[in-house]
Amino acid sequence: MKAAELPTIVSTFRDIKDRAESHWRELRDNSKAVIMVGTATCGRAAGAMEVLKALRDEVKKRNLDCPVIEVGCMGHCYSEPNVTITKPGYPPICYAHVNPVIAERLIKEFILGDDPCLEFVLAAAEENDLVPSFSDFPRAQYEKKVVLKNCGQIDPQQIEHYIAHGGYAALSKALQMRPEDIIDEVKRSGLRGRGGAGFPTGQKWETCRYAAGRSKYIICNGDEGDPGAFMDRAIIESDPHSVLEGMIIAGYAVGARYGYIYVRAEYPLAVHRAEIALRQAQKLNLLGKNILGSDFSFDIKTFQGSGAFVCGEETALIESLEGKPGLPYNRPPYPATRGLNGKPTVINNVKTLASICHIIENGAEWFASIGTDGSKGTAVFALAGKVVNTGLAEVPMGTTLRQVIFDVGSGIPNGKRFKAVQIGGPSGGCLPESALDLPIDFDSLTDAGAMMGSGGMIVLDEDDCMVEIARYFLEFTQRESCGKCTFCRLGTKQMLEVLDEITKGKGRIEDIDMLMELAQDIKAGSLCGLGKTAPNPVLTTLRHFRDEYEAHILEGRCPALMCADLITYYIIPEKCERSCDACVGTCTVEAISPNKQRIKVIDQEKCVKCGTCLTACPPQYNAVIKVSPPSEVPAPKKGKTRK
Amino acid sequence: MKTVSLTIDGNKVTASEGDKVLWAALDNGIYIPNLCALRDAAEPAAACRLCFIEVEGCSKPVTACTEPVQEGMVVNTKGANALRLARTGFELLMASHPVDCAHCASNGVCELQIIARHLSIKLKSKRFRKLLRELPIDSSSPEFVYDPNKCVLCGRCVWICRERLGIGALGFAYRGFKRMVTTFGGEPIAESSCHGCDECVLACPTGALTLKDQHGGVSRAQRQKDPQPTAP
Ligand SMILES: Cc1cc2nc3c(=O)[nH]c(=O)nc-3n(C[C@H](O)[C@H](O)[C@H](O)COP(=O)(O)O)c2cc1C
Ligand code: FES
Repeated sequence: MKAAELPTIVSTFRDIKDRAESHWRELRDNSKAVIMVGTATCGRAAGAMEVLKALRDEVKKRNLDCPVIEVGCMGHCYSEPNVTITKPGYPPICYAHVNPVIAERLIKEFILGDDPCLEFVLAAAEENDLVPSFSDFPRAQYEKKVVLKNCGQIDPQQIEHYIAHGGYAALSKALQMRPEDIIDEVKRSGLRGRGGAGFPTGQKWETCRYAAGRSKYIICNGDEGDPGAFMDRAIIESDPHSVLEGMIIAGYAVGARYGYIYVRAEYPLAVHRAEIALRQAQKLNLLGKNILGSDFSFDIKTFQGSGAFVCGEETALIESLEGKPGLPYNRPPYPATRGLNGKPTVINNVKTLASICHIIENGAEWFASIGTDGSKGTAVFALAGKVVNTGLAEVPMGTTLRQVIFDVGSGIPNGKRFKAVQIGGPSGGCLPESALDLPIDFDSLTDAGAMMGSGGMIVLDEDDCMVEIARYFLEFTQRESCGKCTFCRLGTKQMLEVLDEITKGKGRIEDIDMLMELAQDIKAGSLCGLGKTAPNPVLTTLRHFRDEYEAHILEGRCPALMCADLITYYIIPEKCERSCDACVGTCTVEAISPNKQRIKVIDQEKCVKCGTCLTACPPQYNAVIKVSPPSEVPAPKKGKTRK
Repeated sequence: MKTVSLTIDGNKVTASEGDKVLWAALDNGIYIPNLCALRDAAEPAAACRLCFIEVEGCSKPVTACTEPVQEGMVVNTKGANALRLARTGFELLMASHPVDCAHCASNGVCELQIIARHLSIKLKSKRFRKLLRELPIDSSSPEFVYDPNKCVLCGRCVWICRERLGIGALGFAYRGFKRMVTTFGGEPIAESSCHGCDECVLACPTGALTLKDQHGGVSRAQRQKDPQPTAP
């Protein structure tokens, strides 16, 4: 920036910040209570919009001066809908599993009365003497919120909230720096791309900055196609400005004029909130011509992808942005030298871009002080599967898998045993118990055969069959393969065919070697990252759970009792209660009938293995079990069954 | 144009700067299996994954159709790692190809036969499951027959029809295993914008597109017009 513009930038931003702060003070600093409802997609799925309406109706009916605002996701998705009430004289209190009835009670008893309804409390947001706070949770010891800092704390639809929380200060600061110094700062921070592969962000920006060509682009990759992953969605829905700010700074650093946020159309709320954020940023001249009075101009548009997994791959994404079918092409040239419309393009993940403002604000050294030698900063995970606290977690790189699953996630529900963690989505792998003490970073996970991926973490317990899990992921990649290159189109199909046979008990022992060889070749021979990583779930399960494959093939047995073709339902006569008919009535195909002694017996010919009887059998009897291989079922005792 | 010299399988050859190794090799009579490469295409499709070569100084095999020639480069087309990938790729194609050469109009000029011979592998894969698609054959065109089951998705016909001739009767549709070459909306070729120029038939390396007259066969002479240099 030219020296003459610096005072303009400073004073323009100071005015914006002053106004935002007084807006926030008006909301929070006086004597009234404020209610915040988490209405990101996770909240909505649990009924947050009904809760929001109930709260607003109640406030209106009673004519209360009590703002009810929408906020994003706090990460405690397991306890949605979440409502946080800040009332003078009390710490901010967060409630869990709120429904319209509880909402009404909160208004009547807490807002109007003096009863904070402790029975519904999740935790207080600050330490206090009244209720346990989030910092008392075991997870607090491991969590470090950088990218998720504002999520659930501010209204994503009000730019003033973001600015009052320190937002856009990094942009103002960046505009006073030389672009090369920004790139240097990002390089020194050690930030690596959060989209999966962990490519050094500063280096990518530098390549793009010095690539020939006058028009350049910034693309935010919010495609997020991995099953079970929802970090990027939550960030765009909960704190869209942090992503915009990162993009604008990136644009200034590499010399781009336009940016695109690529979000899948299945994320309508994320698209909606990103668009609101764009309009608000434009209004304040944080986007558009001569941002904050500088000579830098930058505009951003959203683009809705149609939800193909492969469109998250950068070259396919670019094709899709150009209006062509989303098929990957050969690299090099990398997008940083030749990308969108043939122009140098930086393409970064949502979390990568959301980290930028923190690096510019707090400095490269601060960021580099978090994490491990090779992986700096924090990792954001979407915890899903057999884990108590499903939701979002942000921890410093180097935290172990055990800490994330057992301390942050509170372990496995229903007293079951941990079996594996699937990390990195369809490109990643399944790691067993012995890998739990692995510090999470890009390199250690790759060494273990998995991959950091974008942050999906699916926890598996003793009831999950590892062959079936591998088959599930392969079915996904096979379905999502664009079909352009031979290895991915036909190789993954061959692998899927073999895995299908194994889960049906029709596998051959030679198949294991064939799978391993083919997997290696698909990794080495495929055109794009989808094929190059598709075999990982199979390779890691073969490496760590080969015994399960062998049990399926050699004994026709599914150790986890999951593969329908290899199990049989059986009612233990000694446990079956004569007077109980629970299973008989629920059986969908009338395969269960009582024998002479009124002990229930399953007709295996009729049984379709739906498992309803197992759920129906009252827990005090627990007479229905699954048996594998089916031949293990004791032969029926003599004596005819009675109709 | 500047020329560069490189070594391919011990032979010193020269090529124009910016050229890809595949063309440098083929122009000098060194065969590298290939199906999807088109010399005049703006960008290599790099889709068939058969043209793997080893380059001195590179730890992994690379595709010859995307690898630019470089001064002093040493290329080995017969390295074990490259051949392993080419063989697996080819076997995968053949496992999804109805192998019925005796009744196929392209018997003798089929590039799949040439590649199999070059890689010394059988046309019928033992390693992999036979996975066929069983798609209907389109014989609506007065000129030629299109059997999508024999198509290896190299894309030559699509490129010729679309890029070179600007007709665009053929294109790719569907994803993954279902990906196929077809007309707009899957209508019969006779009802599409096809002019019946037969250029696609001449470009097809397999028996997927065959002429109706002369018993469907494309003669070797006709093949010569093909943009694709084939085997020595
Ligand atoms: C099949 C496939 C899917 C991908 N999906 C995503 C995605 O959903 N989001 C993402 O940010 N990157 C995804 N990537 C990685 C991108 O290609 C690219 O590396 C990334 O966006 C670069 O951003 P980063 O440097 O910030 O990580 C995917 C890659 C592959 C091969
Ligand atoms: S010729 Fe190189 S990939 Fe097809």
